[in-house]
Amino acid sequence: MHIKYESQLREPLVYGNKDYHQVTEDILRPIETKPTRLWYIGFSIAVLLLSFGAYSVYREVTYGIGQWNLNKTIGWGWDITNFVWWVGIGHAGTLISAVLLLFRQGWRTGVNRAAEAMTIFAVMCAGQFPIFHMGRVWMAFFVMPYPNSRGPLWVNFNSPLLWDVFAISTYFTVSLLFWYSGLIPDFATVRDRAFTKLRKKLYGIAAFGWTGSTKHWQRHESLSLVLAGLSTPLVLSVHTIVSFDFATSVIPGWHTTIFPPYFVAGAIFSGFAMVQSLLIIVRKVFALEDYITIGHIDLMNKVIVLTGSIVGIAYLTELFMGWYSQNKYEGYTFWYSRAYLFSPYGWSYWGMMACNVLSPQIFWSRKMRRNVFVTFFMSIIVNIGMWFERFVIIVTSLYRDYLPSSWSVYYSPTIWEIGFYVGTFGLFFTCFFLFAKYFPVIAVAEIKYVLKRSGESFKPGMEGIEAQPLDKFVHDNAH
Amino acid sequence: MAQKKFVVGCFDDEAVLFPAVKQVRTAGYKIKDVYTPFAVHGLDHALGMRETSLHTAGFIYGITGTTTAISAISWIFTKDWPLNIGGKPHFALPAWIPIIFELTVLFAAVGMVLTFCYLCQLAPGVKKHHFHKRATDDLFVMAIECTDKTNTDDLLALLKANGAVETDVQVAEEDWWFGTYDKEEKLAGQVSM
Repeated sequence: MHIKYESQLREPLVYGNKDYHQVTEDILRPIETKPTRLWYIGFSIAVLLLSFGAYSVYREVTYGIGQWNLNKTIGWGWDITNFVWWVGIGHAGTLISAVLLLFRQGWRTGVNRAAEAMTIFAVMCAGQFPIFHMGRVWMAFFVMPYPNSRGPLWVNFNSPLLWDVFAISTYFTVSLLFWYSGLIPDFATVRDRAFTKLRKKLYGIAAFGWTGSTKHWQRHESLSLVLAGLSTPLVLSVHTIVSFDFATSVIPGWHTTIFPPYFVAGAIFSGFAMVQSLLIIVRKVFALEDYITIGHIDLMNKVIVLTGSIVGIAYLTELFMGWYSQNKYEGYTFWYSRAYLFSPYGWSYWGMMACNVLSPQIFWSRKMRRNVFVTFFMSIIVNIGMWFERFVIIVTSLYRDYLPSSWSVYYSPTIWEIGFYVGTFGLFFTCFFLFAKYFPVIAVAEIKYVLKRSGESFKPGMEGIEAQPLDKFVHDNAH
Repeated sequence: MAQKKFVVGCFDDEAVLFPAVKQVRTAGYKIKDVYTPFAVHGLDHALGMRETSLHTAGFIYGITGTTTAISAISWIFTKDWPLNIGGKPHFALPAWIPIIFELTVLFAAVGMVLTFCYLCQLAPGVKKHHFHKRATDDLFVMAIECTDKTNTDDLLALLKANGAVETDVQVAEEDWWFGTYDKEEKLAGQVSM
């Protein structure tokens, strides 16, 4: 016996007087109508950025890494900063779809599809940086262990860089499978409503012949649950392993045990911020305010203020340890290179502090959490802050370490380094625009599943049950 | 390719569907399947289906991933090409844990999705008969298999009495096939009532 309605105390997950058919109509409208002028403008800009990125990468591949301003001291600069930044963004999607599924958080249904798509595109962007950093990108497959004619010369399984190869590629594959298995029933819905032969054919291929059979749904539920169970530790492992790239080295500022939890919290923080930026636009442009509600935005802002504060504690812990360890190299990195405002890169540290630690505190206020404009603005600020964080970690630790003779001159990127970064924005938004046009941006079947329990118009049905005395309620509804 | 005759009843509310399923089953009819637009919890039990063992398959795939990773890495680093990495032990299990974990997850996830597709006979280009177009939109579609002895009129009346909003009789291909939907429309010649 399970209770059909959710308590009236809980905010509805779906607003308006909807039935199942209306849900289908609302969510599939963008797919079934012609794209707006705004979509074409946005898509063109994205493709333009992508082309600039492609040209920047072309220069890097043709003329070599010298196209970037990296040097022997600062061997990792913008490229690895951007890599870590994009991977971090890629954490929210699977966190929303997997962790929140395990914790039975009904509100994930409104946002999981778009967040998962964002994850996949962000990981695609992230992957570009280490691959093109290799220089001879045509030999990128050397990172995979396979019997070869060079010895065989195997990869080093003890190296965090190889762990990263496995972590990122597994994360990408599993996220893609999770996303697509959720999409199959929704593609079937689009297919069965198709009004042209071509649509029917293409969505028919994408839907894999889904019929909605009860047995298939039973297996689908089991699959989702186990994939969620697998993805939950996976999400945590990916940024942990990314942090190992730094933490297992002996560079002051990198060699710290706090990195794994601190990186994971930061990843969730930036990922949720990116989800906010995208969904606030999506819900407005596609008129999906009934499904991606202010309540959703509020909840995600709570995650942002929590993870932002965890990251803040981590920054302070690092500073404390920089002093408490009495290690002069650590002390120099944390107290001079980073925290001293007038050191060469002091600006990036304080930019990070302002964006990541101070400004999200605004979300302790419920009024601010539920303000769409403040949320949108803050989501951008958070992502700028998180980019600074990675830049601070990588560049301030590298440019001055043990040997003053190898201290670097001030590092700033070339136009082609910037172009590469801009290009990944192009890639990300090209993919996202295509996704928003051709894919159901909200999981239709999952919204239908929560509709009659958490929909606004179904809530009054709870009145009678809530009016019951406690004993009767327990008697009727306890398992 | 075997074509069979089915009696189809469509319901627009899961609260009506559950008692109807019970009635039809008590009357002794064999429900082929109920097609629903979303996962209706408890319907599998109402139809008398057993639990899926997909998760067991997932566990086996995961264990396969773990053993693959451990055996491959240890063979490579201790037998095939023992690399001296700073004089550290060749068998460096703690350092392999990340990759062992990732391969466990990878094998389990990929294996489970492939098994899921195999069990449900899902693949790009696969076509199946659809008893009602709105089964993926807002209708719960019950398909009951007819035998020689089935009295379709009785069955249709039973469905209507239990709240079916639409009923009909269809002769349909039971299995899947590759091809176009035009072919499907020819195959699914509807029997007039």
